[in-house]
Amino acid sequence: MSSIRMTLAGVSSIAGVKSNDTMSSWLKRSARALGLPLLGLLVFLLIWQAGAKQIHTSLGEFPGPSQVYQQTLSLIADHNAERARETDFYERQEQRNAERIAKDPSYEPKIREYTGKPTFFDQIGTSLVTVLAGFFIAGLIAIPLGICIGLNGALYSALNPIIQLFKPVSPLAWLPLVTMVVSAVYVTPDPLFAKSFLTSLFTVSLCCLWPTLINTAVGVSAVSPDLQNVSKVLRLSWGTHVVKIVLPSSVPMIFTGLRLSLGIAWMVLIAAEMLAQNPGLGKFVWDEFQNGSSDSLGRIMVAVLVIGLIGFLLDRIMLLLQRAFSWDKNAITR
Amino acid sequence: MKTTLNRRSLCKKVVLATAVGLATLSASTAALAEIGYPEKEELKFGFIKLTDMAPLAIAYEKHYFEDEGLYVTLEAQANWKVLLDRVIDGQLDGAHMLAGQPLGATIGFGTKADIITAFSMDLNGNGITVSNDIWEQMKPNIPVGADGKPVHPIKADALKPVVDKYKAEGKPFNMGMVFPVSTHNYELRYWLAAGGIHPGYYAPEKGDISGQLQADALLSVTPPPQMPATMEAGTIYGYCVGEPWNQQAVFKGIGVPVITDYEIWKDNPEKVFGVSKEWADKYPNTHIRVVKAMIRAAKWLDENNNANRPEAVEILSRPTYVGADAEVIANSMTGTFEYEKGDKREVPDFNVFFRYNATYPYYSDAIWYLTQMRRWGQIAEQKPDSWYMDIAKKVYRPDIYALAAKELIADGVMDAADFPDFDSEDGFKAPQTQFIDGITYDGKKPNEYLEKFNIGLKGADKI
Repeated sequence: MSSIRMTLAGVSSIAGVKSNDTMSSWLKRSARALGLPLLGLLVFLLIWQAGAKQIHTSLGEFPGPSQVYQQTLSLIADHNAERARETDFYERQEQRNAERIAKDPSYEPKIREYTGKPTFFDQIGTSLVTVLAGFFIAGLIAIPLGICIGLNGALYSALNPIIQLFKPVSPLAWLPLVTMVVSAVYVTPDPLFAKSFLTSLFTVSLCCLWPTLINTAVGVSAVSPDLQNVSKVLRLSWGTHVVKIVLPSSVPMIFTGLRLSLGIAWMVLIAAEMLAQNPGLGKFVWDEFQNGSSDSLGRIMVAVLVIGLIGFLLDRIMLLLQRAFSWDKNAITR
Repeated sequence: MKTTLNRRSLCKKVVLATAVGLATLSASTAALAEIGYPEKEELKFGFIKLTDMAPLAIAYEKHYFEDEGLYVTLEAQANWKVLLDRVIDGQLDGAHMLAGQPLGATIGFGTKADIITAFSMDLNGNGITVSNDIWEQMKPNIPVGADGKPVHPIKADALKPVVDKYKAEGKPFNMGMVFPVSTHNYELRYWLAAGGIHPGYYAPEKGDISGQLQADALLSVTPPPQMPATMEAGTIYGYCVGEPWNQQAVFKGIGVPVITDYEIWKDNPEKVFGVSKEWADKYPNTHIRVVKAMIRAAKWLDENNNANRPEAVEILSRPTYVGADAEVIANSMTGTFEYEKGDKREVPDFNVFFRYNATYPYYSDAIWYLTQMRRWGQIAEQKPDSWYMDIAKKVYRPDIYALAAKELIADGVMDAADFPDFDSEDGFKAPQTQFIDGITYDGKKPNEYLEKFNIGLKGADKI
């Protein structure tokens, strides 16, 4: 009995419950922390399953949780089958190369990349790489620029109209322009990046740099006057002022901007991929819509859930980073 | 290094050009020299999600491309314009094209570019579908046979009262086709005009490329996979498109196919494999090898009386190719066609990939498309018969096809009986009579042919 109590105490202390808390209040709290979200999820699944049955499309019933589960399994099976085909492809290729060398000794064998189609999981990878690269470029532009206009009121007034003008532009409006510019400017015989990758990348950057830019500027201009005075008294150089005073106090705002940006980046990317037929999850959704098979809606639903899940995880990661970088560990961030 | 490379490739070109020239001059010369290795091994071909892209899918899946030392990636394209533009600017090495596309591009209707074809991908394979509502209105005008089913082929005469009614009410009668120079456009126009419904003229020299001048039925472009959804949304009342998008309408219960193009013009040429002339000149060996692989694929598709079709259906139903449900694709690919729900009829030649020399690029086929371009105003002025021949010879390249075919015969993969007799073949089919309106087409007399139509431009007519 006492050992059980001890383990319980151990568990409760892990769960962050102070040792003097009673059992009942611990149970209540864990019920809140775990039980309520689970309950919400369960109710959602039930409503979804029941609601899905009521919606009849020309491609059959709207997919419910069970179809989504089946399609997830079939997507995994497709992925594994494709990998097996890939292995065969390389084997055949080596054999053909060997045959050709036997006939034509001057031939320099070359291993060409697999020519099959990317699977759902490959598309997830492509989208993730694209969104992170686009987001990185946006941050690289937005943070320094934000600091500059935050510190300099005149510059801020000069650039503000431009920022306000471009901020609300939808990715779909940028896309044709970006596509044409990339095709015109990026001409190399042996491209390092695919054009489609660059188009998605720049569209994402253009659309997601604004929140970071604005938040950085606001954060920088809102540095407490006390700290500014300290900097003046110590006669800090401009660089030291930025690094020691401005940046630390505007980090929470910068990260708020970055989180917003990443959220936008992810949404923009899916739209851009759908429209431009660039590889990624957006293209997967569009292809399935075009196919119009009876599995299509289920597969699209899998993609929708995965898109949501990835968006959520990206946001959580940004939150963790924000906490790690922020000097005020007690600030409430959610 | 670079100069030597250039010189080498130049030498190759000269050698090959001479070879091609010799081969065409005296095609009977004995065993040809073996075709060299492909100049370009990694290729990317585009296609539109239609069952007639099958030769590409089969050549890939059965490793016929790899047998030729080619490593091909197949990529679905959003629509015909994107596909053509990407072939022109070199993002695609070649593509599944509408027969009218290389011709339209060469004469400069739409984007001007030199596109050639040495391989015809299939015969027939299209249908005209109308929405359930229009079908109900057409039905009283269609004679019923002894079995209680509508008598086929259904002519546009049955649709005319419906179109007239819409016109009287001031409502536009909209229909969809897939591209201004597509087979579907010309077939839909042919069918409508044969029933007395004017499908409208183009007037490119006046900047009108809508094709709706003087029209009773207004035709506009919709990409094939979006046809059923567009009709379901009520934007168009009917459409002409390739498979599986007619059967999809039956399957979804949103429309009824009324006629297949087989009944409009028996064994009409449909898609071709198009490449840019520049590409073909730069990579002659590669081109011949591509054609070789595709001829094998086409043969596989028709072999043993369509025995391989069920397997082809399974391959095409994969999301990377056509992606529609296997049973929808199977409806037309296995020799049947479902009109009204439950009215499934035998159409064994609905999709022909190899029989009747389907893969041979006939000049007469090219000229038929040119006559229709003239008929509907896409070619604004009268052209002499010789002009039609010149364009056909510029775009359609049976000489390249012959090289590939002879190579296949020499390899022992195929039999000379599988092909037309290359010594005597002049590229013109005998005058064809099996059109829905009974008019005879002789590819050698395009202007005379145009005179036979009631609706359409002829002689020196201008819009």
